[in-house]
Amino acid sequence: MTCSRRDFLKEAVGGTLVSSLPLSAFVFLTTEEAEAAIAEAKVRWAFLVDTTTCTGCGLCVKACKTENEIPYEAPVTRTWVERYVVTKDGQTHIDSPLGGRDGFIDDKIRDEEIDPDNIDKAFFVPKLCNQCDNPACVQVCPVGATYQTHDGVVLIDREWCIGCGYCIMACPYGVRFFHPTAKVADKCNFCYHRISKGMQPACVECCSFGARRLANLEDPDDPVTKIIRTERVAVLKDEYGTKPHVFYIGLDEAVR
Amino acid sequence: MNEDVIVHGVEWTVKELFVYPNEFIYWSIQIVMYPYMTGLVAGAFVLSSLYHVFGKKELKEIAQFSLVFSLALLPVAALPLLLHLQQPLRAMEPLLTPHFTSAIAAFGIVFTAYGLIVLSEIWFVYRQYFVEQVYALKSEPGFANTLKRSVYRVLTIGAYDVSAGAVKVDKKAAKILAAIGIPVACFLHGYAGFIFGSVKANALWMSPLMPVIFIMSAVVSGIALCMLTYIIIMEWQAFWQRRRGGALAASEIKGAEVDVISSATRYLLGFLVAAISLELLDLIFRGYTAMKSWDILRSVMYGKDFMNIFVLQYTLGNLVPFVLLILPGRTMKRTVLALLLVLFGVFMMRWNVVIGGQAFSLSFSGYMHYEIPIIPHSMETFKEGLFGALTVIATPFVLFWVINQFVPSLRRNVEEN
Repeated sequence: MTCSRRDFLKEAVGGTLVSSLPLSAFVFLTTEEAEAAIAEAKVRWAFLVDTTTCTGCGLCVKACKTENEIPYEAPVTRTWVERYVVTKDGQTHIDSPLGGRDGFIDDKIRDEEIDPDNIDKAFFVPKLCNQCDNPACVQVCPVGATYQTHDGVVLIDREWCIGCGYCIMACPYGVRFFHPTAKVADKCNFCYHRISKGMQPACVECCSFGARRLANLEDPDDPVTKIIRTERVAVLKDEYGTKPHVFYIGLDEAVR
Repeated sequence: MNEDVIVHGVEWTVKELFVYPNEFIYWSIQIVMYPYMTGLVAGAFVLSSLYHVFGKKELKEIAQFSLVFSLALLPVAALPLLLHLQQPLRAMEPLLTPHFTSAIAAFGIVFTAYGLIVLSEIWFVYRQYFVEQVYALKSEPGFANTLKRSVYRVLTIGAYDVSAGAVKVDKKAAKILAAIGIPVACFLHGYAGFIFGSVKANALWMSPLMPVIFIMSAVVSGIALCMLTYIIIMEWQAFWQRRRGGALAASEIKGAEVDVISSATRYLLGFLVAAISLELLDLIFRGYTAMKSWDILRSVMYGKDFMNIFVLQYTLGNLVPFVLLILPGRTMKRTVLALLLVLFGVFMMRWNVVIGGQAFSLSFSGYMHYEIPIIPHSMETFKEGLFGALTVIATPFVLFWVINQFVPSLRRNVEEN
């Protein structure tokens, strides 16, 4: 066997390059990760909220604030939980102190004592951005800083938002606010940085009751998509024509 | 992470009953000022056009004044928006990357177009005067006069031809520009109404009548402000003439003033009636159709904001000045009072639209109150507080004074235009 000097050098350099590749280059992707990584893959993100299992613990709000760096003590939040108490006199009492961040540990609603025997029904309703198909916020942004991705999520470009607040005014669901430190519009994006890597949104991950679930509507085998397709689900405020994509199980007519 | 945590709106929003956590009064006093100032610009221009285009000779004096005044008001229409932006350094972006499905995207374009029209119209109206000044100041000694002459030389842009033919062309150009300016002025302001009227999420704002209501009230406020400023300046001039012993000149000024004001008042009353009719139509329609939002709207209009809407806006701002202006034996003092009330009424209308539209929660289950910051303790409370608004109000008068140094809109018999 002969080995010229040229061949030896060639193989030595090649061998060094290969051995210098990090191990992380050979990680096996899960199906979701692979799908999310391929841009052409058909994805339409949606969300399913089961109001019948939500206990109002507030863990989702905590997780969201931490994950998305929304100042913890600031009264604004990307997701929140509302408590509804419908009394026998037909009155609906609603509250969401600090967005329900610390849970609902007080029986009182805005310092008003409610007699437990007088309650017809009571439940919790988590809220988040509806990632509308026809988003009013995107329509009104004067500079195109908020936009819809190919997989249905509405995002905000923090480098380009001028902070006029028109999108905040245009959203019928009140999900938008000015970020307390970034000074631009902000809202829930289903934890886009996580779901585009095949992970679950922070609020979904931490919900112990399965009240929050992410769905890919383009995947007929997605178990959550199956529920949305086959069960009776509702959306919030469809009269605005925004085509919201957060679906609710057990949505009551009292819900605002 | 930056420790400077400021939640926009927390300072001045008081919530009552159930309001979504992220809801605050995001659009505060500066957004009240924005349509108010744009309205004044548009109104001032329409008043000047009544003379330039439609040849209403009786308005000649006030027409020149209001044309120059509308130029002074123009930058101030954009000032509240600049003060309101959370990222004011990015204010040029709507021009660089306009997103045309947004009503705001057109602002820069309409605003610039309108500004160019006003500027060029003024140039054509005053070109002859500029040229005359260049020659007149030539023999005058002193540094100030040299400086002033250089400014006039720049203002002529090298066009020194003041032959009869050239002046005729000037007049024709001014007339054409004034004619184009009317729809543009109306568009500038009607579109401010569209910004509000097209927000489908807001039950109070959403109405196709909003742009028309805005235009009508704009013309009302514009005419009122021009008349008021005109009266004050004329009274001031007459006062000085009297002190110098020129009683005859003083009474001449007074006489001219009375003529101008009584004819301008007729136009003011016409537009006032149109504005009120449309606003009442909107209100009646909402009550009659009684959509889902009517319950909360009614509780705001007839309850929480009753004082602001029915007492301050409709009665004190519309009805009282209407009666004051229409009753016979009108004096200048009574006119001034009526004009002040008209201006106040239009301001209250803007307030009731902008702040009133945010007085109830999107949940229809709670209310928000706006407590305007009086004493500022931060940049934010200055900008979105009383002093921010006062800054915006004061600026056009300062600008007018500066512009008037070179473009004398008030000098009578300056030119026989």
